[in-house]
Amino acid sequence: MKADKTKHKKGRLGAEIQHKIGQQLRAMYTDVVNEGVPDRFAELLQRLDKQDQK
Amino acid sequence: MSDRNDAREDVRSAMLAAVPSLRAFAISLCGDVDRANDLVQETLLRAWSHLDSFEPGTNMSAWLFTILRNHFRTEYRKRRREVEDADGGYAERLTAPEEQTSHIEFGELREALLKLSADQREALILVGASGFSYEEAAKICDCAIGTIKSRVNRARLRLAEILGIETVPDLAPETPEFPAAASGGRKD
Repeated sequence: MKADKTKHKKGRLGAEIQHKIGQQLRAMYTDVVNEGVPDRFAELLQRLDKQDQK
Repeated sequence: MSDRNDAREDVRSAMLAAVPSLRAFAISLCGDVDRANDLVQETLLRAWSHLDSFEPGTNMSAWLFTILRNHFRTEYRKRRREVEDADGGYAERLTAPEEQTSHIEFGELREALLKLSADQREALILVGASGFSYEEAAKICDCAIGTIKSRVNRARLRLAEILGIETVPDLAPETPEFPAAASGGRKD
């Protein structure tokens, strides 16, 4: 909890906080990446491909 | 003939391989899974119909990210205009991302991301999460490398600031840059 309510520091923030946020950001991203390819997209590309072959 | 088929097969699998990170990028940009999926779908359709503008041998993933990013920015501007007429309904949705994503554990971070300007948000995600170099990110966002670097820096600071003051809910960020601020819902 930050003690000072009227002003918070701008500019420099702890390296530790920055590191943590970076990690969280990547974790959040990876979380979605790990869901893989939803069927609708595989099907869409298949459909487009077939269309072109005609 | 079979060369052409092979080439198309390559393109198709490259596009497919890029889908998971395209989705992650889109969700981070707009904070809404359904809308993100639509963005990805539109990206694939556009990419497919503009395959001739893709330079073989270059990074397919970066090319798709560029298309998605540009589409999002155009759509975002359009929506923003609509929102200003529509009593901030969209802004309200933006401030409640937990309800729209299945990733509740990151709700706080997602919410904080949406408070960044679109410029800062895309730069931070591309470099900090997607793993693009500053140079690649600059290409995707069509700006100078120095610009990307400073956006990423400011985004990191801002994000830490927002998350850091999370325990003091009364203290709103003083320079809101996202339409959430334009809803006029809260008075000081």
